[in-house]
Amino acid sequence: MAARSQGNPWYIAGFVLVVFLLSWHFFTLRSSFDQRGLSEEQLQMMEFNGDIVRAADGSYAWNPEKEKVKGIPGPLAVLEKAREELSEAFVKKGTNDHGIAYLVLYTVSRFAGGFLAASVIAIMLGVILGLNKVLFRAANPFIQIMKPISPLAWMPLLLYTVKDPKWTAVLVVFMAAVWPTLATTAFGVSSLRKEYLHVAAIVQLSWFQRLFKVILPGAAPTIVNGLRISFGSALVAVVPAEMLLGELGVGYLSWIEWNNLDIAGVIFAILVVGVVGVILDAGFNKLAGLVTYQE
Amino acid sequence: MSFLQIDHVTKYFPNPSGPGQVCIFRDATIKVEKGEFVTCIGHSGCGKSTLLNIIAGLETPSEGGIILNGREASGPGLDRMVVFQNFALMPWMTVFQNIALAVRSAYPDWSHEQVTTHVNKYIALVGLKGAEDKRPTALSGGMKQRVGLARAFSIEPKVLLLDEPFAQIDALTRGVIQEELIQMWNTSRNTVFMVTHDVDEAILLSDRILLMTNGPEARIAEMVHVSIARPRSRETIIEHPHYYKIRNHIIHFLVRHAKHETATSGPSTNGTPVIVNFEEESVVTH
Repeated sequence: MAARSQGNPWYIAGFVLVVFLLSWHFFTLRSSFDQRGLSEEQLQMMEFNGDIVRAADGSYAWNPEKEKVKGIPGPLAVLEKAREELSEAFVKKGTNDHGIAYLVLYTVSRFAGGFLAASVIAIMLGVILGLNKVLFRAANPFIQIMKPISPLAWMPLLLYTVKDPKWTAVLVVFMAAVWPTLATTAFGVSSLRKEYLHVAAIVQLSWFQRLFKVILPGAAPTIVNGLRISFGSALVAVVPAEMLLGELGVGYLSWIEWNNLDIAGVIFAILVVGVVGVILDAGFNKLAGLVTYQE
Repeated sequence: MSFLQIDHVTKYFPNPSGPGQVCIFRDATIKVEKGEFVTCIGHSGCGKSTLLNIIAGLETPSEGGIILNGREASGPGLDRMVVFQNFALMPWMTVFQNIALAVRSAYPDWSHEQVTTHVNKYIALVGLKGAEDKRPTALSGGMKQRVGLARAFSIEPKVLLLDEPFAQIDALTRGVIQEELIQMWNTSRNTVFMVTHDVDEAILLSDRILLMTNGPEARIAEMVHVSIARPRSRETIIEHPHYYKIRNHIIHFLVRHAKHETATSGPSTNGTPVIVNFEEESVVTH
């Protein structure tokens, strides 16, 4: 057992990554254009169709513009695309062509706005429900019905009511994040050990002190679990919300690259979504570690 | 007028298996003098912890009331501090913060320095110097309850309510903490009401021991005077001629009531408990 747990996991992860990249590279490798066995007429026809281009020295090569949409691009093409995008990260070329740094900023602020608003409201309502068993039971059926509804299902209705795609996107994130936190906060507060509230009652804490010194810290581990679920579903919701609403962001980037038939761009956008998610998640875990305690 | 008076307290709970209510205990009347240490012993389910919670104001009596120092005490307050069986220390606070939370509430006018000095004094008193910044998770059961005792004594309550305070502590540590409690109580002389299962603990600590019959409809059947002079210690108390008389009397009572002979065994059914005092030889033998 001891021998098995030895060794550096990063070596294994690195090895898997290298194998993956190499196989990706070789499976997507296309042989360069071979003009042997083709007549001059055929070559001219292909050039006319745009399949191949003629270089200055008279040789032919595959048309790079058409190459882009033939099969899956290899890792090198994606890398090239990434370098291109990152070199223009802070450039605004037009109303809908902003650099990748701006797109990340838009997505993160949209996500943060919806998530924070949802968390504050869900925690406040959750504490009220958690402290009042009758209210909790009365509200629970509604929470249970709302919780499994995909936040995207709300989008047409939200778009129709608020009439502004910017706010609709934020509200979709809000809808994704509000229910899990609400349900777990109510649960966490209602299952808080009775003795803590007894101590608070005996030492005559005001309701404000009771809330911030006993109830919220006591329920914090459960609340954080709810926030973690909300965080995940909000992160999942923000990408399709941008795609459907056409709001600038990393989800939009993925969709616009697909419309451009730039598959390398799509893969790059997917990677950006992943990286943004990892960074947000790490930040969240850091915050969560500050408020949780061991029983 | 006694200092603490539990006046004809009756408690009903909703019947868990059917309609109506179940009477947990009926007509409990206890008079406790200032500075007295009174213990209540009974089997599980006789409602002794409920009685303690009613005195603390954490539960409301169905009938009757609590009079403390000439005034009705309803609702929890800083004058009646509880030491809980499972310690009830906030796990997200350090030892210092747990005690300071109570001290700040009891003395709202105190400056930051006064609170710090006071808390540190009580931490030192229970021998936890150096553990101020530890969280309860890092402490053993005995140390946790020392913090609980420090928190309770630090606000100098009129009445100290001990709810099976040493039940979750290992037997060796329990004896040590019991003697620490005696020492703290000797200097503070709070009025104490304790609930316990442990007969030896009750004899060591109490002036009087109340014996409760089994629930439902439990009553306080007997009141045993611990006729052993203070100061007491675990070592010397067993030498006292009354020790085993008292101990055997209580154990006989508990064994008898464990067999559910409650209805016939008690000579007194009119509500007033039988007084047992070996000093005055007014012993009721069964």
